[in-house]
Formats: sequence, C-alpha cells, structure tokens
Amino acid sequence: MRFAVLQFPGSNCDQDCVHVLSNVLGQQADYLWHKEESVGDADAVVVPGGFSYGDYLRTGSIAQFSPVMSAVKAFADDGGLVIGICNGFQILCESGLLPGALVRNRSLQFRCEHVYLKVPTTDSPFTREVPEGKVLRVPIAHGEGCYFADEAALASLQANGQILFQYATEAGELTDEANPNGSLLNIAGICNDGRNVCGMMPHPERASENILGGDDGRLVFEGMLRHLEAGAGVGQAAAAEA
Amino acid sequence: MKAKIVITPKKAVLDPQGKTVQAALEQMGHDGVKAVHVGKYLEIELEGDAEAWRPKIDEACHKLLSNPVIEDYHFTIE
Repeated sequence: MRFAVLQFPGSNCDQDCVHVLSNVLGQQADYLWHKEESVGDADAVVVPGGFSYGDYLRTGSIAQFSPVMSAVKAFADDGGLVIGICNGFQILCESGLLPGALVRNRSLQFRCEHVYLKVPTTDSPFTREVPEGKVLRVPIAHGEGCYFADEAALASLQANGQILFQYATEAGELTDEANPNGSLLNIAGICNDGRNVCGMMPHPERASENILGGDDGRLVFEGMLRHLEAGAGVGQAAAAEA
Repeated sequence: MKAKIVITPKKAVLDPQGKTVQAALEQMGHDGVKAVHVGKYLEIELEGDAEAWRPKIDEACHKLLSNPVIEDYHFTIE
C-alpha cells in the first residue's frame, strides 16, 4: 500500500512515520510537500506531528490553507484514510475534518511521557487490530493537547462511537490523574462520523518497535493496512473512477 | 486605517493562562481580581473603504484569525 506523509515547514515527525511505514511495515511511504495540489495515487495520508508554521497564531491554523490540504479534504470526502498525529490532529481539527479543537494543556506544561490509552471501540480502521480490552502504552509530546468541543459535539462523538482513544490508567480506568492535559472525557483521539479520518495526540510512530520501549502503536498502522487490504479504502478507487 | 481585532477564549474553555496570571496578580497583593482572560490582539493595516473591509475582516476572523470552537472575537476598523 502507498502512504503519503505530508511535510509542512516545521513538521518533525514525518521521518519517523516514513520509517515505520516503510522499514517496519514494509509499505511504500513517500513524503508529500505542502505545496503539492494532489495526493497522487496514495491509499492513505498521514499528517505528522511537529510545529507546522511555527505554531503561529494557533497550532495547526496556518497549515489548513496549504494547497495540499485541499487535496487531503477531497481525498477524505471520497472516503480515503487520513490519520493526523499530534500537530496533525490539530491541523485536522482546524481544517474542519474533525470536530473540536486542541487548546493549551491544563498544566501549561509541555508534557513528554508515556501514557496509557483505553480503546473504547475496535470499530474503526485505526483500532480494528487492537485486541478487545487491550490498554495501549504510547508516548505523548505536546503543549496544546487539551481536547475541547461543546456539549452537543461531545454528545455526538459519544453517541456515534467516534472516541477512539482515551487517557487512562494502566488498568484502563478513566481518571483525572491519568489525564495529562485536561482533555474533556479524557479524549486522546477521535474519528469523523465517516470513520475514515482519525486524529490522535499520542505518537503511535514512536511506539512501533520494541527497541524503542514498546510496539503498541504499530496496531494503529496495521489496522489501516488491514482495512486497505480488505479493499475498503475507497479513496483511490473513487479517484480512479473520476 | 487599521482593523483592531480582539480575540478571547470562550467562557466554557479552560483558560489556565488566565488562572496563572490571576494567581500572580494576587501574589502581587492585588485584592478583588475576579478573573483574568488571556487572549490575542491583532492590528491589520488596510487601505480602501472601511465598510467594504468590514465583511472581509469578519470572514477572516471566522476562518483564520480565531477558532470559533474555542474563541470569541470583536473588531473595529478606524
């Protein structure tokens, strides 16, 4: 499968994503510069972490106007798989591809540590390979990861099972102590209502090899891969028909 | 002519910066500080007709300069 990993000025997790997708999972992964106007023949798009445009104005706010984001929106509207990690999650929210917003951590501190994630549903391309009830251990590294959405949006996320990852204890309990940034409902990651666009603050690409202290994050990419192999990825097919 | 834009966090959004500044003001010895809200102020230098700019600045505030999910804004053009 072909993955396009976006590069904005200030992206800094793009190489980690390409490494995991190509060297660990054996897939084709190519960088896609933000000035490109097409995602080409990609089967899936990764919006990596970093500090796009220096986090000027608001995190992720400038990147939404990059030419490549119009192509990513069209790709997502066609059902193509898109995952945004950390700054990528912020960009997807600012672009309107995902509901809500990420604001300054409650502690005002940049938090860089491993966290535990409860996975409330395996009904998504991003969580389908996670064994039922398994709590993931994945690192975070962010200053603006506090998820906010208004009450109606939160209710809709819950009703549709769009909450994919929640900060939890090692046993999978949602507690305030386990919440590193003050996110509402301990939200660490969500998907859109079409279930083909995912955003998450934790970094699965930094937890995809045991030599780095754990490989739970790999399940996220493997889920996307299995979903595409099953032929459910309609992005490329739809583009070919068009 | 300038558009002067003030952006503030919505009341429902956690404002840890505001809380921290409030605590510092109290530390300075100021009593009676009820709340502090930390936002942004932008000045945009413009030329042309102020009334023609008004809807354009409003759109820019809505789509780029603020995030309506978490922030409110108001502006003047003078």
